Amino acid sequence: MSFEWMAWTMPTAIFFITIACLLIGMTIWQALAPSGEREGFLPIITTPGDRLFIGLLSSAYINLAWLGLTSLSLWFAFVIAVIWMIVLMRWG
Amino acid sequence: MKIQKRTIGLIIYFILLMLPIYWMLNMSLRTNADILSTFTFYPQNPTLANYIKIFTDPSWYSGYLNSFYYVSMNVVISLVTALPAAYAFSRYSFLGDKHLFFWLLTNRMAPPAVFLLPFFQLYSTFGLIDTHFAVALSHCLFNVPLAVWVLEGFMSGVPREIDEMAYIDGYSFPRFFLTIFTPLIRTGIGVTAFFCFMFSWVELLLARTLTTTEAKPIAAIMTRTVSASGLDWGLLAAAGILTIVPGALVIWFVRNHLAKGFALGRV
Amino acid sequence: MNKWQDNKAWFLVIPVFLVVAASAIIPLMTVVNYSLQDIFGPNQRVFVGLEWYKEALTNPRLHAALNRQLLFSSLVLLIEIPLGILIALMMPKKGWGASLSLVLVALPLLIPWNVIGTIWTIFMRPDIGLLGAAINGMGLPFDHTSSSLAAWVTVMLMEVWHWTPLVVLLAYAGLQAIPEAYFQAARIDGASAWATFRYIQLPKLRGVLTIAVLLRFMDSFLIYAEPFVLTGGGPGNSTTFLSIYLVKLAVGQFDLGPAAAFSIIYFLIVLLFCWLFYQALLKVGTGDKS
Repeated sequence: MSFEWMAWTMPTAIFFITIACLLIGMTIWQALAPSGEREGFLPIITTPGDRLFIGLLSSAYINLAWLGLTSLSLWFAFVIAVIWMIVLMRWG
Repeated sequence: MKIQKRTIGLIIYFILLMLPIYWMLNMSLRTNADILSTFTFYPQNPTLANYIKIFTDPSWYSGYLNSFYYVSMNVVISLVTALPAAYAFSRYSFLGDKHLFFWLLTNRMAPPAVFLLPFFQLYSTFGLIDTHFAVALSHCLFNVPLAVWVLEGFMSGVPREIDEMAYIDGYSFPRFFLTIFTPLIRTGIGVTAFFCFMFSWVELLLARTLTTTEAKPIAAIMTRTVSASGLDWGLLAAAGILTIVPGALVIWFVRNHLAKGFALGRV
Repeated sequence: MNKWQDNKAWFLVIPVFLVVAASAIIPLMTVVNYSLQDIFGPNQRVFVGLEWYKEALTNPRLHAALNRQLLFSSLVLLIEIPLGILIALMMPKKGWGASLSLVLVALPLLIPWNVIGTIWTIFMRPDIGLLGAAINGMGLPFDHTSSSLAAWVTVMLMEVWHWTPLVVLLAYAGLQAIPEAYFQAARIDGASAWATFRYIQLPKLRGVLTIAVLLRFMDSFLIYAEPFVLTGGGPGNSTTFLSIYLVKLAVGQFDLGPAAAFSIIYFLIVLLFCWLFYQALLKVGTGDKS
């Protein structure tokens, strides 16, 4: 049994490890100090976990839109997505 | 007068609904030469030759058996794993419960086409290609979430006082769950089993891709016939009619719960 | 709705988590891995970065398939929801008639999806099909294998035939839940049938209709087997919906990288709709209880 068929590469490994760390970190944070639901600038009441999901999904869309509409480096979109994530987690 | 107008409308709808199925039944009772030469609204020389061929030719009837094998395995796996989880979702609030519930939903909604290639590779690695188990496991992707959702809907209808009383009386969780709770929701379990059966039975894409010969489902055997040149319409229609029979036989028992099952337990 | 707060409940969820994770997370990771590489064969692959995504996002055939898909799903909703409500209103409320109606309505839902395609192939063929022969008999040339319009009409007819029953079942369940007292009050006030529907039944149906709209939208978004058997995505590409295009790309041409990138984009679209679905469900759920 080998995992050769999964065709791992360094960038995707880093990507998934980052996501996994985010999820584990969130779980530990919420287990130690549960922070309840609240209403920020988003039109719905959210928990930090909800905001993380919204942030990740919208970041994926930001990056895809950048890739599809412009020919500039994707790092710009990445920076925008990170800033957006922070804004969303803090004030969303 | 008003009632009559409604009834007439309903009857027209049912006729339109049954017409395509009737037409296939009509075809299944005729030989291919008869179908291609004459156009009739009912079989003038009804014959069971097509059905006899399906029941005597192993390459045909093994398709039905294969489908039954993997569908039954899937129902068992789905129910066994989903029962405790549905209980947890209906009775407890725990860390990440809502997110987990949502994640299950995404798998019910995910396009099977997306999972096609990795499933093939994954099951190849474990040497499971062309086994019933592979198809049963791959159908868990959408059936386990469905089972959790439907069972949770039924379990939430059972008052929690029953659980509390049982725990006060000194029942352990497994004993309570098996001897008191499971009988209470047996309707829900039956309905869930029916829907797992159904959604596994109607699926084609994964079942076809993960099998080659030994575990090939009836659905795939039928599509093979379609692509062959000079295909036998009568035989194809008979095979189709036989795939409708299992669902039609049990539909009466779940008629009052159909909406619940199709709406993921949310009605 | 106060539930017991206990994180030990996680142990009950572990079996489901493992089964679904094995069949969802590992394959999805693999798809992400594939989408960044050009794969020629076992152990022969080159990292190409986001090349396939760029290609997929600017691929006119994918755009065409997506537009086709959106048009199809919108038409499905526009036709099936009103039709389903209408039929649910016509169904008897109790007695053997109610049971019989439920069983008859649900029958198409229990037929394997490829058999649905077979039924409609047999029904619509110009030579042996009842409806196909009837339309041609009226002097209209109609062949779903050669005309795009005929193919679309056939696929839509099949879809409406197959899935309107789901809307009927949901709307019927919603109507059954309305207390009889509401109708008595309406009758005393002398409300017309339309007024009763508009101000009593329709508002009460909001919950089930939300579910119906979202289920129909999602499921029609994933449609594969029925049009595959009926038209094979043709004639030309006129009925090639997203899933059919994806399978053609992945299994037909074995372009693993592009197919994987397309899969991820497809999955992200589904994930977004799914999340909106969940939010709508939660809203409807709380709305009913308050």
